[in-house]
Amino acid sequence: MGKKALEGTKVLEYASFVSGPYCSKLLADLGAEVIKIERPGVGDKARERGPFPEDLPHPEKSGLFLYLNTSKKGITLDPKSTTGKKMFLELVKWADILIEDKPPKEMEGLGFTYEELKEVNQQLIMTSITPYGETGPYRDYKAYHLNICHVGGLGYLMPPNSPSLEREPLKAGGHSVDCACGVNAALATVSALYSRGVTGEGQSIDVSKQESLMNLVRVYAVAYANDKVNPNRGPIMGTAAAMGGLKKCKDGYIIATLAERPHWARFFKLIGKPEWDEDERFKDTLAIADHYNEIDPYISEWMMSRTRYEIYHQGQELGCPIAPVRSIDEVVNDPQLKGRDFFVEVDHPEAGKTVFPRGPYVFSETPWQGNPAPLLGQHNEEIYCQKLGYTKEDMVRLRESGII
Amino acid sequence: MNRGALEGIRVVDSSTAWAGPFVSELMALMGAEVIKVESMKRLDHSRVISLSTRQRFTGTDQSSVFNDLNFNKLDVKINLSEPKGAELLKRLVKVSDVVIQNFRPGVMDRLGLGYEALKEVKADIIYLSSSARGAEGPERSYVGYAPSFAAHGGLSYLTGYADGMPAMMMGEIDLISATTSAFAVVAALNHRQRTGEGQYITVSSSETIAVLIGDVLLDYTMNGRVQFRDGNRDEIMAPHNCYRCKGDDKWVSIAISNDEEWRAFIDAIGNPDWAKGERFQDTYLRKENEEELDRLITQWTISHTHYEATEILQRAGVAAAPSFNSEELYNDPHLKERGGYIEVEHPVIGKKAAFAPSWKFSKTPAKITRHAPLFGEHDDYVFGELLEMSQEEIKALIDEKVID
Repeated sequence: MGKKALEGTKVLEYASFVSGPYCSKLLADLGAEVIKIERPGVGDKARERGPFPEDLPHPEKSGLFLYLNTSKKGITLDPKSTTGKKMFLELVKWADILIEDKPPKEMEGLGFTYEELKEVNQQLIMTSITPYGETGPYRDYKAYHLNICHVGGLGYLMPPNSPSLEREPLKAGGHSVDCACGVNAALATVSALYSRGVTGEGQSIDVSKQESLMNLVRVYAVAYANDKVNPNRGPIMGTAAAMGGLKKCKDGYIIATLAERPHWARFFKLIGKPEWDEDERFKDTLAIADHYNEIDPYISEWMMSRTRYEIYHQGQELGCPIAPVRSIDEVVNDPQLKGRDFFVEVDHPEAGKTVFPRGPYVFSETPWQGNPAPLLGQHNEEIYCQKLGYTKEDMVRLRESGII
Repeated sequence: MNRGALEGIRVVDSSTAWAGPFVSELMALMGAEVIKVESMKRLDHSRVISLSTRQRFTGTDQSSVFNDLNFNKLDVKINLSEPKGAELLKRLVKVSDVVIQNFRPGVMDRLGLGYEALKEVKADIIYLSSSARGAEGPERSYVGYAPSFAAHGGLSYLTGYADGMPAMMMGEIDLISATTSAFAVVAALNHRQRTGEGQYITVSSSETIAVLIGDVLLDYTMNGRVQFRDGNRDEIMAPHNCYRCKGDDKWVSIAISNDEEWRAFIDAIGNPDWAKGERFQDTYLRKENEEELDRLITQWTISHTHYEATEILQRAGVAAAPSFNSEELYNDPHLKERGGYIEVEHPVIGKKAAFAPSWKFSKTPAKITRHAPLFGEHDDYVFGELLEMSQEEIKALIDEKVID
């Protein structure tokens, strides 16, 4: 075991499904000790969602759960009972950081507001991840990933260059936006941790998923206020169309991002029209935009007679910012990702060996780790007996009364 | 005045465009002092052009997009391709904590400004290299912008209509990559705080996107299944879509995960006859008859505004939210109450609305303290005061086009 970036950091997770668990996964994979609280008997909602190996649902084999909960310890606890609440507070006392994603009303009802938890742990950092934040008229509104995509301003822009505005705006694929919200919350959390190391002071952090997404579309989010325009998913025209963009080729799509004039010089060479570089019609990118329609048929035909990877590699040889739109299998089999050991094998006691993506960063001194996700209640004894001092007999009674 | 979470940290940032500069903006919002390094030879291109919003700007200080991505920073002119420029950067690094750069892999090494060289100058420096495909691997020198990262990461393929093209995703992709990088840097700052040790971090922007769809990648590694884009739909939940409302291009997103929410939904829309039959009685059947269900729901939504529909459904405990455009976000009462937007005065482009920091820290509030810097605005402060260079020395370097 090498050094870990967040070694010694104690995190309590009271969250389920995607954003909260992803936030604490990021910390756990960098060496924080994360204790995840799950509902006795049932566990995290993600356990019910696929993918499952061979499509056979099993609470210990959900790919979604296994991915979002690597490197954590798992306990079961129902903090709604009096004893459960007392145990929850003991865990809060132990923790440096609490990451939670419960509706604000629920935390208030349980007596788990930051002010109350601070009584137990003066230096606590508490990160609350909710759809709309802890304040404001929508704070008690419910939202799933779909709703966040739309209310955060991204959906209205998707899909870009839509074939018809009559069709509905779209969410981003998979659980991607929920994960992105988790990253934003993780950044705030480690920043608060750093600050605590300087001042000794803990604090609460209110992370709204709506605002986390708006942060990513911040440039569009101010377009109306500053320029009185409402960007939408409409057709891409003018300068932007002349950027290249999404192009159909023999076996799928490529994306060319010809942002600057030198990219075009290389692109003209790629498509066998080096003389266009000298052509007055294409003297700068604005001129290219004006005359783009004249060359588009040639470019489209050129693309259609080649495969994505031919265009990609030949283009990149010349320094052209071109990328193939990779299907999911191609992402997993991408030689570049393989060359960087991006996929790692995790051996889980129930689910067996599964290939996972590692973190998207490589640290020279403090390597990323990906240990298997916990079984439901796997670490009850370790945490309750060894850390909190409960006896084996206590454990039996707690289990029988449904508290753990 | 409250201190920021990262106050006392100094960052030298030579990156350009979106994915690099936004790393240091996130840190600057939390109080870090960020010194941005540019030169006439290598101007940050977001001062000139914005692909995402399809804009071009004249001069160096007219770009509202640059403003949005560089709040709170200081800016100096150093020509890094001059040996004396590289020396000058080293002097700056000597009094700094973090270096951020996104040149093509290998360029900083050639300039004598790689991690090993800067570590000689500042032993505990944290050095971030961010690039399209990562600093190692066969495609490390390949170039790309945001749309490429999403294309390589599988998210383009997974986003779009089932019968349509993959999505060419834009600026939001850069800013996800930036948030991820900032998280890695601050994690490394925590490690340094504890151990005194700095380190080298490499980030691949393509990987920062692939990790957001980990469960989809696992469906392939576990089952060999290649998931495909499917609009707003979910594998299990139905209804799960965006429905047309009263008005021009107005939509409400509705997501229902179980029978309880379904019954609440049906009640809220007035128990229409069509809902009484067997076709929609459980989640399985609703998913099975999803297309018809979507049509029937639209009969209700079309006679309401997306605000009305949202309010009616939320009151019943159903997850509904409008697909907001820029104007609606700006005028939204919830965001108003939470201080979602603020105004920032810029000396050249005037007063601009800006999206406020997306985290609400109780002790170390993140804030926008000033407009993005003008090109070279802080040469005097940084060279004269911070590095205590004499006026003669500064003038000589200007004459030699090192400060340029």
